[in-house]
Amino acid sequence: MFGGLIDRIQYIGAETLRSFQRLGRASVFLLEVIASCADLVLKPTLLIKQLYSVGVQTLIIIVVAGLFVGMVMALQSYYALVDFGAEDSVGVMVALSLLRELGPVVTALLFAGRAGSALTAEIGLMKATEQLSGMEMMAVNPMRRIVAPRFMAGVISMPLLATIFSAVGVLGAYVVVVQLLGLDSGAFWSQPQNKVDLYLDIYNGLIKSVAFGFVASWIAVFEGYDCIPTSEGLGQATTRTVVHSSLAILFMDFILTALMFSK
Amino acid sequence: MSDILVKIRDLHFSRGDRKIFDGLSLDIPRKGITAIMGPSGTGKTTLLKLIGGQLTPDQGTIEVDGLNVHQLSTRKLFELRQRMGMLFQSGALLTDLSVFENVAYPLREHTKLSDAMIRHLVLLKLNAVGLRGAADLMPSELSGGMSRRVALARAIALDPMMIMYDEPFTGQDPISKGVLVSLISELNSALNICSIVVSHDVPDTLSISDHVHFISAGKIVESGSPETLENSKSAWTLQFIHGDADGPVPFHYPANPILDDLYMDGK
Repeated sequence: MFGGLIDRIQYIGAETLRSFQRLGRASVFLLEVIASCADLVLKPTLLIKQLYSVGVQTLIIIVVAGLFVGMVMALQSYYALVDFGAEDSVGVMVALSLLRELGPVVTALLFAGRAGSALTAEIGLMKATEQLSGMEMMAVNPMRRIVAPRFMAGVISMPLLATIFSAVGVLGAYVVVVQLLGLDSGAFWSQPQNKVDLYLDIYNGLIKSVAFGFVASWIAVFEGYDCIPTSEGLGQATTRTVVHSSLAILFMDFILTALMFSK
Repeated sequence: MSDILVKIRDLHFSRGDRKIFDGLSLDIPRKGITAIMGPSGTGKTTLLKLIGGQLTPDQGTIEVDGLNVHQLSTRKLFELRQRMGMLFQSGALLTDLSVFENVAYPLREHTKLSDAMIRHLVLLKLNAVGLRGAADLMPSELSGGMSRRVALARAIALDPMMIMYDEPFTGQDPISKGVLVSLISELNSALNICSIVVSHDVPDTLSISDHVHFISAGKIVESGSPETLENSKSAWTLQFIHGDADGPVPFHYPANPILDDLYMDGK
């Protein structure tokens, strides 16, 4: 009986050690990536190509999701507020929710699922097919040519995508409550105009999205670079990217919200 | 300038608990084709990665052109690698670039040559491997043998002092294999460089090599010219060259006597 218990404790210990080793490796990796990003100034085409595949190609899912999230929120808040005669506040409610929370968080979750997993799979497959090794032997540092542009593209794209998500969401809300439910257009727009604060709401939302983009891109490129170069290892790495990024985003959102909006 | 390009001394290397090299020492001359042969899993590819500085030995030294590979700074190591070419088993072509751009890649990275000059050089290198006509194809459109030839053109793009070939003949049909065999031999004599061929394909490799080293269990078993090795008295070497199923390398994995295993229930 004690044997089983000791085995279990040993297992937990070994797993914990392994997790910390991995975290250490990921941190060293991050420092190398950040140091390698300086090169992108000399080779902007590498970054532009990745901005297209990481940012532009994620745009459709972000726009569609933003539109529907905004529309659903508008409907729900309209029906809740109309009983109190407060339906004029739908605009500000949707705008604040999107700018502060849903914009950065939902965009980051979609980003991790669409772009993060693709980054992991791409880098992992390059590792499995010896392309990264081949570059090293050609005296080309894959950190600079492969990892840094993808990481940087993720960090730059995320705040832009989150901004577009929020903007499209507000437009979706406008369509639902003003065009379909007949709320006055002036009432819809005037409250957000008065109550949305540039620093407290917009900048904080942007800071969140940059932080989420940083973490999601870091996890994605690290998982690809560190994966076991087999089909099974690659599958596991891609799954880990989505799971770890999503959990990290939700956890960080709580911390950042507590720091930004506590009174 | 020393006649020895690669000098390996007392090399020890393990993967986990498994010892790959156990005090390996060998010299590779500056000119000619040196073959390193041995059964699968003896660490031939690992040896190339150690020479290229992609892996670090547990003990011992590897010198390439008088430089201790594992004591160089990253910048110096990368400078040295510009003078080394390596042909990976899979070709390791960059899949998002065309054949032309793959061969141009090291030139674009390491030289400031004009586009016109790069075009000339790339076409000449591709012509040398017989694939000038495939310049616009993507790697996914090439056969395995063609991929290796493109990778070979890329490996010679910077006119290296040595080329390392990792199992160049594995999985090739007889024609592709014949093309690669003659290409390696012709390129080596045309460029007058050092070629290191790691392989377990005995007849093809012996036919083009000037020096051969047989490795097994982490050590050199025998070295010499192909002729001396074909007339070797070592039972291991003869078994390897002739591909005999049983000999010093036993057919059976170590096990208990068969009767013990069969009648275990009756014990």
